[in-house]
Amino acid sequence: MANKIRQSIIEMLVTAGSGHTAGPLGMADIFTALYFHILKHDPKNPDWPERDRLILSNGHICPVRYAAMAYAGYFPIEELKTLRKFGSRLQGHPERTMLPGLETTSGPLGSGLGEAAGIAYGAKMDNKKFRIYCAMSDAEHQAGNLWESAMFAGNNKLSNLTGIIDRNNIQINGFTENVMPLEPLKEKYEAFNWHVLEVDGHNIEEFVDAVEEAKAIFEKPTIIIAHTIPGKGIPETEFDFKWHGIPPKPEEGEKFLKELRTLGGKIKSENE
Amino acid sequence: MKMNKKVYLIEDLSKAEKVPTRDGYGKGLVDAGEKDERVVVLCADLAESTRCHWFKEKFPARYIEVGVAEQNMATIASGLANYGKIPFISSYAVFSPGRNNEQIRTTASLSKLPVKICGAHAGVSVGPDGATHQALEDIALMRVQPNMTVLVPCDAIESRKATLAAAFYDGPVYIRFGREKSPVFTTDKTPFEIGKAIIFREGKDVTIAGCGMLLYNALIAAEELSKEGIEAEVINSHTVKPLDTENILNSVKKTKAIVTVEEHQIMGGFGSAVAEVLSQYFPVPQEFIGVSDRFGESGEPDELIEALGMGVKDIKAAALKVIKRKV
Repeated sequence: MANKIRQSIIEMLVTAGSGHTAGPLGMADIFTALYFHILKHDPKNPDWPERDRLILSNGHICPVRYAAMAYAGYFPIEELKTLRKFGSRLQGHPERTMLPGLETTSGPLGSGLGEAAGIAYGAKMDNKKFRIYCAMSDAEHQAGNLWESAMFAGNNKLSNLTGIIDRNNIQINGFTENVMPLEPLKEKYEAFNWHVLEVDGHNIEEFVDAVEEAKAIFEKPTIIIAHTIPGKGIPETEFDFKWHGIPPKPEEGEKFLKELRTLGGKIKSENE
Repeated sequence: MKMNKKVYLIEDLSKAEKVPTRDGYGKGLVDAGEKDERVVVLCADLAESTRCHWFKEKFPARYIEVGVAEQNMATIASGLANYGKIPFISSYAVFSPGRNNEQIRTTASLSKLPVKICGAHAGVSVGPDGATHQALEDIALMRVQPNMTVLVPCDAIESRKATLAAAFYDGPVYIRFGREKSPVFTTDKTPFEIGKAIIFREGKDVTIAGCGMLLYNALIAAEELSKEGIEAEVINSHTVKPLDTENILNSVKKTKAIVTVEEHQIMGGFGSAVAEVLSQYFPVPQEFIGVSDRFGESGEPDELIEALGMGVKDIKAAALKVIKRKV
């Protein structure tokens, strides 16, 4: 499934002619885990009140969410081709009023954790059992308001909230630790009264285990620092920050799709 | 006397009791909280000065303290609204919607979520605190956001009604309050409906349309003008957005001249909103009472209102000037 999602991401970005490549590819395994193993949701009833909420804070990686949602049955896979086009429900950055199931409108970085914490606070007031997940980028932790929200969630012991950080070490201007260092990220969250877990973001089993552990922590919110490879799945895009904010050209797209379909040349016949 | 009897203002303006509009906010919050359990109040370390401590005393479980963190307050409120609550966020207008403008834009306005933003200590009448705490651009900031409603009540009683109405009005709402005690000249019987301006005084020679506490000065100015044989029509345009254009157009079609009055920058504020409508549908001479591209400073509220050209004599002078400009 993660491979299918990666193929869709490449196809969407080539058709759109703009957008972000590295982040969506890097988060394909985690979004597969969320939509197909973790979330309690109903794609045919996206407003089901008891559903788990998945808040995507770094809205620019939305192609991975759109692809996962399409495969999960929220809308026809064919519609993925409309990404970033005029009149599309699949806006360049996600808009909750356009596509059911998106939960929030996002893109401006640093704000998703506050919205997730607000939902979590409301749910706690009413003793609701659903859980709230908030996917964030690593570099958005340079935004001050995110830490205001981290302080709020820690202080209010929002144990129904699980944050997920895509720790891929890149941002538009270069490597995070060169642009504005984030480390020690784990100790920072611990100081804000969060339970912190670190996982390999491409190991679905390890990630699912971490989410299960978070459910067992009753006195704190949990943050999962998921170490990922930006551009994961295609040798040309892996680890290279230049792929943060650009799409593949059509000829590159063909090559990348071939690499994904043959699992890097390991199998002869292309798996469509 | 040309006072509009149908709006039940107090009989004698000179005997108006003085109460801060933020007191109306505090009472309106309690009213809203009693009516609906979904109402929650968030505060950024200013419970007493925004008067939301009355709600806190009555409904402690529905009061949420966020500390000095207005950006977070906006996003937490959006999350609560997203879940199904009706959140009010309380701070000074310079911080909310000043500091957290982008969070309000993305997570409330663009998201079409019913977050109620309550900006206290707006205008130069904040007084001694000085320019840093005197919000003069908040109406402009809020009125340019699609989906946002903007309310500027004129006294404590109208503030209470505006707060309660905002709770049950679809979508995000900004409400502006002042710090200083100001005359209470409306009554419980005075009508209030979001989007519907109120004619406080009828007149044929000039329209004086305003929002907020300066409407009291506008009414006094109208009475003084009346002694000179000039009858001013005074309109309370408490809803700056959506503006009651019909009401204002009907008035200027009769008077052929208008003065707009607000304790805010002239650029981008209520007067600008009126000018946008008039220039398109019925151009008439307009004079603007407001702050003219400068910041405030420390001083006593009345002193500052006079010094910055928003006193009774300034409104009178503007009315006489605009009448002379009639074609």
